[in-house]
Amino acid sequence: MLRLDNINLSLEADEGTVRVLKDINLHLEKGKSYAFTGPNGSGKSTAARVIMGISPPTGGKVWYQGEDITGLGITERARRGIGYAFQHPPRFKGMQVRDLLEVALNGGSAADCQSLRQIGLCPDAYLERPLDASLSGGEIKRIEIATLLAQDPRLRIFDEPEAGIDLWSFEQLIDVIFNAHREDTTTVIISHQEKILNLVDEIVLIEDGGITMKGEREKVWPQIKESTACACLKNCTKEGELYADTTG
Amino acid sequence: MLTPLDKQLLKETADLHGEPPGAFNIRKDGQGIERRSLPGIEIVPKEDKPGIDVMVEEGTSGTVHIPVIMTDTDQSDLVYNTIEIGPGADILLVAGCGIHNPGQGETKHDGVHQIYVRRGARLRYIEKHYGEGEGTGKRVLNPRTELLVEEEAYAEMELVQIRGVDDTVRQTEAKIEAGGNLFMYERMLTHGEQTARSDVAASLMGEDSAARLISRSVGQGSSRQIFQPRLIAYGRGRGHVECDSIIMDQSVIRSIPEIWAECAEAELVHEAAIGKIAGEQMTKLMALGLTEQEAEEAIIGGFLK
Repeated sequence: MLRLDNINLSLEADEGTVRVLKDINLHLEKGKSYAFTGPNGSGKSTAARVIMGISPPTGGKVWYQGEDITGLGITERARRGIGYAFQHPPRFKGMQVRDLLEVALNGGSAADCQSLRQIGLCPDAYLERPLDASLSGGEIKRIEIATLLAQDPRLRIFDEPEAGIDLWSFEQLIDVIFNAHREDTTTVIISHQEKILNLVDEIVLIEDGGITMKGEREKVWPQIKESTACACLKNCTKEGELYADTTG
Repeated sequence: MLTPLDKQLLKETADLHGEPPGAFNIRKDGQGIERRSLPGIEIVPKEDKPGIDVMVEEGTSGTVHIPVIMTDTDQSDLVYNTIEIGPGADILLVAGCGIHNPGQGETKHDGVHQIYVRRGARLRYIEKHYGEGEGTGKRVLNPRTELLVEEEAYAEMELVQIRGVDDTVRQTEAKIEAGGNLFMYERMLTHGEQTARSDVAASLMGEDSAARLISRSVGQGSSRQIFQPRLIAYGRGRGHVECDSIIMDQSVIRSIPEIWAECAEAELVHEAAIGKIAGEQMTKLMALGLTEQEAEEAIIGGFLK
């Protein structure tokens, strides 16, 4: 489905050139679900934004269904079937939830769309709601996920979908994301949540801009728990802070 | 007899697709050309100056269309309209002006409205400005409105100018009496070398009077806009002024909201913001498959909706 070949991304900062992504090589297969995990600032979201075309790499190639899409923009990638649910979705003054859904549906009727209901938001109550500051962080996040589900891309990337969402909604969110996963889709979830890491097929650990571990969950997850990332974590006050099990 | 051009201008200005429903007066190139009064709604030409009197009797409900169209170049039209909405009436009034300027000269319409919304009445007023034409002559619209909202009355004013008009100076003065309520919503998009200025002064005269003044604008090209809404409370009223603008290209926008209280019980709030389209908004819509131009149009369209 998607392949990253030796992806590098460097940014110019006050302290000089910063390598945000370092020699990322990754193959995401059709029908599989993946979790990108790792410490804050390690490059997980940047890797996802490289896939979506939001952040162009400074080196390497991005291949999607056999096509080199490195030079393609965001729109072209979206039209080829790549979708991305933002970690911090923007708000739009004047636009309504309906408007955003109809863009995702490529002009289709938002009233007929089930994704809001799936995510626990009543369409009658939400379709006319403005996408502005009147929505809570949890609501805007759920609308973001509903929008990606309405778009129904083949490669779907959820960037920390649990952020800002209450426990009850989180359980529902996991069900929705995994129920929507199909044999012809690939799902990537950027997350720190153990509950999510326990459900994916494969885990990719990203640390300091590079992939330090990847593979099937059953093999990789025990290793991650013993890795540097977790060792660092264990020095924190709460062991569960990074890999939190929200089921309590 | 309306020409195809007249019909086009009426469609753009007043959303009319044929003879207007309800009472109406159509003014074309400085002359009233069609008029219809109805029981409870009388429209008569003024005798001392150009313009009409619209008189709505107490308790009457209905719609009134009073569009103005101008179809030639090098014209200037000044019109005085007086609108009286009787006590307890409920009226939708659609005004507005459409200019087609085919030549090199300036075509200008100055409209002076006096609107009285009597005790307990409701008025929804829509004024849309529209300009077009293959000529290089300017299309100029200068509306001046004096509004009185009496006790327990409600007035809603929607003022729209999206492209097409080269120069505008809009002046609005409103007085809101005890228990009266005014909601004014102004939407504007300027581009090229266009200039627009809107001065609003709304005075809260009585106890529990209220006003909400909102402007949303987009400046493109080298256009220039000035918004100066002023809300004055002489009594225990409450009011909110909000000016929001998207600035693009080399445009210039000034927003100067003012709140002014002469009563310790008044509650007045103002907010103003000018900013470019946020990059994350563009990125989000493009990630849903829109092109950059489509995303920009969707954001502007939503902002001005």
